[in-house]
Amino acid sequence: MTSSPYITQPTSVSIIMLKVMLALIPAIIAYVWYFGPAILVSLTLASITALVLETAALKLRSLPVKPYLMDGSALVTAWLLALSIPSIAPWWLIVVGLFFAIIVAKHLYGGLGNNLFNPAMVGYAILIISFPVPMTHWAAPSILAGHQLGLMESVQYIFNGTLSDTLDAISTATPLDTLRTQLHLNRSVGEITHMPIFGTFGGQGSEMIALFILLGGIYMWLARIITWHIPVAFIAGLATISGIFYIVDATHYASPWFHLATGGAMLGAFFIATDPVSGATTPKGKIIFGAGIGILTYLIRIMGAYPDGVAFAVLLMNIAVPLIDSYTQPAVYGHKDKQS
Amino acid sequence: MSRTLYQFHGGVHPEEHKQISTQLPIAVAPVPAQLIVPTRQHIGHPSKPCVSVGEYVRKGQIIAHADSYISVATHAPSSGTVTQIGTHAMPHPSGLVDTVIVIQTDGKDEWCERQPIDYRNLNASALRNRLRDMGIAGLGGAVFPSFIKLNPGVPQKVQTLLLNGGECEPWISCDDMTMRERANGIMAGAEVMRFMLRAENVIIGIEDNKPEAIAAMQQAAAQCTFPVEIAVIPTLYPSGGAKQMIKVITGKEVPSGGRSTDVGVATFNVGTAYAIHRAIHHGEPLISRVVTLTGNIQQPRNFDVLIGTPMNELVQLGQGHPEKVTGHIMGGPMMGIELARIDVPVVKATNCVLVKSDSLFPPAPAAIPCIRCTRCADACPADLQPQELYWFARAKNFDKAQKYNLFDCIECGCCSYVCPSHIPLVQYYRYAKSEIAANLAEHKAADHARDRHETRLARIEREKRERAEKLAQKAAAKPATETAADDPAAAAKKAAIQAAIERAKANQAATQPPNEPT
Ligand code: SF4
Ligand code: SF4
Repeated sequence: MTSSPYITQPTSVSIIMLKVMLALIPAIIAYVWYFGPAILVSLTLASITALVLETAALKLRSLPVKPYLMDGSALVTAWLLALSIPSIAPWWLIVVGLFFAIIVAKHLYGGLGNNLFNPAMVGYAILIISFPVPMTHWAAPSILAGHQLGLMESVQYIFNGTLSDTLDAISTATPLDTLRTQLHLNRSVGEITHMPIFGTFGGQGSEMIALFILLGGIYMWLARIITWHIPVAFIAGLATISGIFYIVDATHYASPWFHLATGGAMLGAFFIATDPVSGATTPKGKIIFGAGIGILTYLIRIMGAYPDGVAFAVLLMNIAVPLIDSYTQPAVYGHKDKQS
Repeated sequence: MSRTLYQFHGGVHPEEHKQISTQLPIAVAPVPAQLIVPTRQHIGHPSKPCVSVGEYVRKGQIIAHADSYISVATHAPSSGTVTQIGTHAMPHPSGLVDTVIVIQTDGKDEWCERQPIDYRNLNASALRNRLRDMGIAGLGGAVFPSFIKLNPGVPQKVQTLLLNGGECEPWISCDDMTMRERANGIMAGAEVMRFMLRAENVIIGIEDNKPEAIAAMQQAAAQCTFPVEIAVIPTLYPSGGAKQMIKVITGKEVPSGGRSTDVGVATFNVGTAYAIHRAIHHGEPLISRVVTLTGNIQQPRNFDVLIGTPMNELVQLGQGHPEKVTGHIMGGPMMGIELARIDVPVVKATNCVLVKSDSLFPPAPAAIPCIRCTRCADACPADLQPQELYWFARAKNFDKAQKYNLFDCIECGCCSYVCPSHIPLVQYYRYAKSEIAANLAEHKAADHARDRHETRLARIEREKRERAEKLAQKAAAKPATETAADDPAAAAKKAAIQAAIERAKANQAATQPPNEPT
C-alpha cells in the first residue's frame, strides 16, 4: 500500500547532475581552445577515478552500487576538481584530491547528502596545502606558449612528467599569482595588467572561459537547477568589496572586473557555491552564504597565503551553514502576522 | 472589474488529465441492487440509526439521526428494505470498518414526502437544524457538517462567502462539470448561504483552466438578484486548498491553528452550495453526489452517484480497462487515498475514483538520500522547510519537527512531487504527526493514571490518619477518666500515639507532590 502523492515529476538527481555537467561543456570547449587538450585528459582521468572510488566506497558501505553511482554526484565532483586544478598537473594529484573529496569528505561523513563540506573544495584545499608546487603549474594560454601540448603529449606529460625541457614554455603562473608577486615588487596594478598574461578583464583565455562558465550558469538558472540567490550574492559580494578597495586605491587593488574574471570566481559562483548539500538552504540564507563566499574570496586573495580564495571561502562558509539556516527560516503560512 | 489577485508561496503544475472526463455530460448512475450507507461520512460523530432490519424505507427518508453537535443525519438514497445494520469496510487507506445501514433496493426509487424549506421565514437556529437533518456536509473533501459553518457568529465574523470551484487536483472534474451544468443551482444555494451568514459579498473562485465553467457561472451570476463575483485564479496546485484560495483572493493568511472565519471568510465547495439548493428548494437531503470516474478506464466520465453505491459497481460504468489495473484511488493523485478494497461504498467525500495502471502511475523510483536541493521548500505552499522536517521525522526528533511547524503541513504532496531524490516526504510527516499524537495520548493517559493513583494514595493516607486520630482521641480521653495524669505508662503511651500521628502526617506530606496545594 502506498500513500499520496502517486505522481512525481520526472526530474531526478541524475538528471540534475547531468545538466550541471552539460552546462560545463561550453567552458570546457573554450578551455581546449585556449589552453590545449590537456584538460580533456585530466577530466577523463578524474571521471574514471571518481567512479572507481565511489564504487569502492559504496561496496564497502554495502550500499546498492547502481542507483547511487547513477546519481552522478561523484562525476560532478570530479569535473569541478579537475577544472579547479592545473590541467597539466601530474595524474596522482587528481587521484589524491579525489580520494579526499570522495572518500573522506563525502563517504566518511555518511555519503551523498550528509557531507558538511563541499567535496571538490576539500580535495582542492588538501592539494594546495600539501602540494603547492604542482598546483601552481598552469598551462600557458596557447597564444603565449608558442607550443601547445597535443593530446598524446598531454597524456605523456600528465602520466610521466616528461617533456621537462618544454616545461617553461607550456606552464605559467595565473594572472592572480602574477598580480600578487608583481605587487610585492612594488609595481602598480596598472602596469602589471599590461603584461601579456592579462587579457581584457582577467587573463588571456581564462576570461573567455569565465564567460562561458557564466553562460552555463545562466542556463542552469533557466533550467531551474539553481536559484539566483547564491551566484548573484557571490558576485555582488566579490564585486562590492573589490570595488571599495579599488575606488580607495586603484594602484594597489585590481578592479572588480578582474576579480570576477579570474581564478575560480565564476566556477565558484555558479557551480561550487551552489552545491546544495553543503550550502545554505533558505532563500535569505543563500544570499548570506553567497555574499560571504564572495567577500571571503576577496579577502583571502589579497591577504591570504594562497593564490585563489574560492575554495577556502566555500569551506569556511560551509561551517556557518547550520547557523545561517537556523536564523533565516522563512515565516510559515499563517505565522506571518505574528512575526512581523 | 477584475480583482487584484495575490500569490501563495510554492505550488506545482502536475499534468491535468481533466479533459478526458469532461467530454460527456454528467450521467445519472443506476440504482445498485444494494446500498451500503455509512452512518458517518463527515467529520464528527456517527449518526444514530433509527430504522430496524426488515423495515421498508423510501428515498430521502432519515435512517439515522444526528447524534451530537458535530454530526448530520443520514438518509436512504433509494427506496427498499433495510437488510442489515452492521459494520463494513470504509473507503480508508487501512480498510477501516464503520457502522453501515444496508438497503436492498426495490428499483422503484420512490421518494418520501419532500418539503421545500421557506428559509427566509425560519429562525436561524431552526434553519441550521434543518440543514443538519438534511445531511448537508461539505463536499470538498474535509466533509465538515455545513450547518455549523453557516453560523454567522456573534459578533458578525463573516464578511465574505467564498465558494471554492478551484478543483486543482489533476484528473478530477466533478466540480467543473457541476459548475457547467448546474450553475443556477449553485447560485441559488449561494443565496441561501449568504442569507444565513449575513455575508456582505459572495466570491466564487475558479482556476483558469475551466473556461466553460467560468462562462456558465458568469452567466448564472448575471441573473442573480444579489452581487456575485467570479474570481478567475491562475491554475496552480493547490490553489483549491481553502487556505491557498483565501490567500490568492484576499491576500490574507488564515492564522496557524485558526479558521478561515478568523479572516472574515467562510469557504464552501461549489457542490455543497448545490446540495443546499436541493435541500432548501426541493426538500431533497444529500443522498447523491457527482463523482469523477477516470484514469485507466474505457470511458472516463462524471456520474451522479447515490451515496452507498459500492465503488466496484461504479467502476463498471467506465466500460472496462484498457490496461492492467494496479489499484484504485479515491480522490486525486496528489492527496487521494489508495483503497485497500474496492467493494467500499461511495460516501460524501468521494469526489473521484481514479483507476490506476502502471503506465499512468508508474511506481516511484527508489528513494536516494536528500541532497538538500530545497526544491521541496520552493514548492511548499505552507512555506515549510520540508527537507528539515524530513530530517527530524527520520531522526524521530519530534520536538524539533513541531518547532519547525510540522502541524502547518497540509499534506498537499507538492514536496514529494518535486523531490528529485524521490523521497516519500509526506509519508514521513504523516508518520511524525501520528507519533506525536500517540505520544500526546499516552501522556494524557499516563497523567490520568497518575492522578488516579495519587488520589487513591491520598485517600488511604487520609483514612489512616483519621484512624490514628480517633485512636489518639480515645487514648487521650482515657487518662482523663483515670485521674492518674502523671502515670508514666500512660504518658509513654500518649507519646507513642503522638509519634504515630506525626509519622502519618509526614507520610502524607511525602506522597503529596511538592508543587501542588495540600
Ligand atoms: S526536494 Fe528532496 S532532495 Fe531536495 S531538499 Fe527536498 S527532500 Fe531533499
Ligand atoms: S505536504 Fe506539507 S511539507 Fe509538503 S509541500 Fe505540502 S504543506 Fe509543504
